[in-house]
Amino acid sequence: MDLTLKIWRQKDSKSKGKFETYQVTGISPDCSFLEMLDQLNEKLISEQKDPVAFARGDCGVSFDHDCREGICGMCGMFINGRAHGADTGITTCQLHMRRFKDKDTIVVEPWRAKPFPIIKDLVVDRSAFDQIIQAGGYVNVNTGGVPDANCIPIPKPNADEAMDAAACIGCGACVATCKNASAMLFVAAKVSQLALLPQGKVEAKERVQKMVAKMDELGFGSCTNTGACEVECPKSVSISHIARMNREYLCAKLSS
Amino acid sequence: MSTLNSKIPEGPLPQKWSDYRAKCRLVNPANKRKIDIIVVGTGLAGASAAASLAELGYNVKAFCYQDSPRRAHSIAAQGGINAAKNYQNDGDSVYRLFYDTIKGGDYRAREANVYRLAEVSNSIIDQCVAQGVPFARDYGGLLDNRSFGGAQVSRTFYARGQTGQQLLLGAYSALSRQVKKGNVKLYNRRDMLDMVLVEGKARGIIVRNLTNGEIEKHSAHAVVLATGGYGNVFYLSTNAMGSNVSPTWQAYKKGAFFANPCYTQIHPTCIPVHGKFQSKLTLMSESLRNDGKIWVPKKKEDVEKVRKHELHPNDIKDEDRDYFLERRYPAFGNLVPRDVASRAAKERCDAGFGVNSEGLAVFLCLKDAINRLGKDVIEERYGNLIQMYEKIVDQDPYTMPMMIYPAVHYTMGGTWVDYNLMTTIPGLYCLGEANFSDHGANRLGASALMQGLADGYFVLPYTISDFLADEIHTKRFSTDLPEFEQAKKGVEDRINKLFSIKGSQSVDSFHKKLGHIMWEHCGMGRNEAGLKEGIELIKKLKEEFWRDVKITETSDVFNPELEKANRVADFIELGELMMRDALNRKESCGGHFREESQTPDGEAMRNDNEFAYVAAWEYKGENAEPVLHKEELKFEEVKLVTRNYK
Repeated sequence: MDLTLKIWRQKDSKSKGKFETYQVTGISPDCSFLEMLDQLNEKLISEQKDPVAFARGDCGVSFDHDCREGICGMCGMFINGRAHGADTGITTCQLHMRRFKDKDTIVVEPWRAKPFPIIKDLVVDRSAFDQIIQAGGYVNVNTGGVPDANCIPIPKPNADEAMDAAACIGCGACVATCKNASAMLFVAAKVSQLALLPQGKVEAKERVQKMVAKMDELGFGSCTNTGACEVECPKSVSISHIARMNREYLCAKLSS
Repeated sequence: MSTLNSKIPEGPLPQKWSDYRAKCRLVNPANKRKIDIIVVGTGLAGASAAASLAELGYNVKAFCYQDSPRRAHSIAAQGGINAAKNYQNDGDSVYRLFYDTIKGGDYRAREANVYRLAEVSNSIIDQCVAQGVPFARDYGGLLDNRSFGGAQVSRTFYARGQTGQQLLLGAYSALSRQVKKGNVKLYNRRDMLDMVLVEGKARGIIVRNLTNGEIEKHSAHAVVLATGGYGNVFYLSTNAMGSNVSPTWQAYKKGAFFANPCYTQIHPTCIPVHGKFQSKLTLMSESLRNDGKIWVPKKKEDVEKVRKHELHPNDIKDEDRDYFLERRYPAFGNLVPRDVASRAAKERCDAGFGVNSEGLAVFLCLKDAINRLGKDVIEERYGNLIQMYEKIVDQDPYTMPMMIYPAVHYTMGGTWVDYNLMTTIPGLYCLGEANFSDHGANRLGASALMQGLADGYFVLPYTISDFLADEIHTKRFSTDLPEFEQAKKGVEDRINKLFSIKGSQSVDSFHKKLGHIMWEHCGMGRNEAGLKEGIELIKKLKEEFWRDVKITETSDVFNPELEKANRVADFIELGELMMRDALNRKESCGGHFREESQTPDGEAMRNDNEFAYVAAWEYKGENAEPVLHKEELKFEEVKLVTRNYK
């Protein structure tokens, strides 16, 4: 396949960015989107005459990636206006070139949200997510001194639903795709997982208030129920978890 | 004479760990506050260690190269975690888990370490459930188990096909809790590039801040490396793209012996390679072997037709299929350990029965299981794996048998540690896949998660106090000490040198060449001539790398090319040591198969008289040969026998 790529290039968080246009040829439909970018980078690096005196557009495109099997949550880019590209239930690394047509033009941008400042090109800083978890996304137990694992039976439907929520990989697609840059789906996934389990129930009220407060403080927007997050979530985390979080939040506020 | 002291406690095997805990020295809470510990890596071992040490009151600094500790590659583990709970009443016990792990490791692991691992396994499950890890449950609300390769009991706990993710998020949540409390300081996007020793003890590290390129010095009373395995030396592996050997390799160069580097695990069930552009391989959990049957056609003409897509594999009759694992190993069938399954698949493909166009794939068929249990049950068990496969291969495993082939997955070798998990550098500890201690020459499925969490939650917090009890009067170290300055300068010099080369070949092209040499000469089958040739090729590659590598941009920016160059430079050196180790070990054991040492029917042949030892290598300088130290493995409890899965 021969493709035209329009990729966002930005030197660092302070610089202004812009789109650069590149051509790639002979791309196999079986390769992944990131492997296509690898080939572009290989080409840019080999063509670059003076590796030090470079213009931003000449050197390799920086992007985050690690496991390349859809679980670490490190990769993420806006491809033709869709978070992780035009396929559902996948991360960017799971997107394959067979989803595109020969001679296509593909526009690639970083996640855009105020709490996710751009580090370089397509790389953004998502440490705001870590801060939200640090605000209360855990059960307060120390290592050791816990009861036997089978001591509290958990109804299978609850365990299964908790697992549905816990599948979140923290990639940030929900924030990037939301017109309000809301992190509700990410926060709800953790709140809901722990609220569904007896181990998390003990601190449920405090947790939901602290995590929501942190989310607001970091500048994530409000939820207006458009449901875009659910559509783009690579792990198909349902917005029903947002509903559960809202219930938890309301009950917590009313009783506190 | 060996200089290695494994410090295994006296006494009968089942009592060693409880005696140790009863007698080990402690640090009182007021003193713990004055002690700093650096933990590098935030996977299962690193995150659990950092969280547990912080809970005890130590000041912890945690480092990872990813943008968040939650992304460490433990997250990709799919199948499950073993524990000797015996919830299934199928005869499991601590002893049996210990025995299976020793046997699975082909009798090349240390008895005392493995027994301790089996002993603490149950506490791990309790801990994870208390953290809110959503393990799979049965309709009665109690925990479910599945069986895994190398065992005849069901002792594997799982969370769909995402067990590693859920366990890591549990450890990450414990870590996050300590960050909030101020007991852990997180350093994301940092690559550890050197170790700092002060008066012979590990007292700090030098890291590169990957965001702005700054070289930072960090000091502590002790350093813990939990930096994972080195499978990426093969370029194509199931590891994450960033997984690297650099921290343990730098420790090796500072005096931490590197043990059994040749023990690498080739996992039998990965998606086959399909093209030169490929950047990594994807694993399909071994748990699929519970319900999947592995086969190739019996007739060569069927193989040809399948390759040309003229024959649908489902149309091949049962009697025309060669279920080669069931045929060769009737007792364990599709659940033989990984090394055995991988070699059997390779044997069939080498004999010309490989089923994809390259001839390097076998079938894994779920049809029988779907007929027996229904599609719903299979979807519940393996849904996410099946989706992954579908996205990559563009075929539907519910209607078409999956194609799989072995791929590099895990490295049993690593930094040598004693019973305390301390390396040969005082104050330097090594946990999880990064150390060598628990899996011998082959790791059983669902044991890596167990070891990572055992080391971090339940072993290191005890054993490290034995060292730190002597350090309570040691004041905090200033990073202005000449030792830190010198190490920092070394790192800067190396980076400057890399940039000064201004060569013509990209870092990736060197990494691919290295991977090719490793796979051809030190892969699933190894022999003397091939290894000797491999060593020469690697020497040449090293020379070429330092003459012709091309790194773009500068060191003071986010620069992935520089990150890769630092890692590949270390991988090249490691590759040579792996070959030396493989050359030295003239026996076949576990994942290490020396073609010279096999039975007439192609099974691996161990040589216990000459090789029942740990090979620990000591670095002697840039151009000097490393020195081999042997730690004899004494088996007091189990009898060494030939593994038999027939």
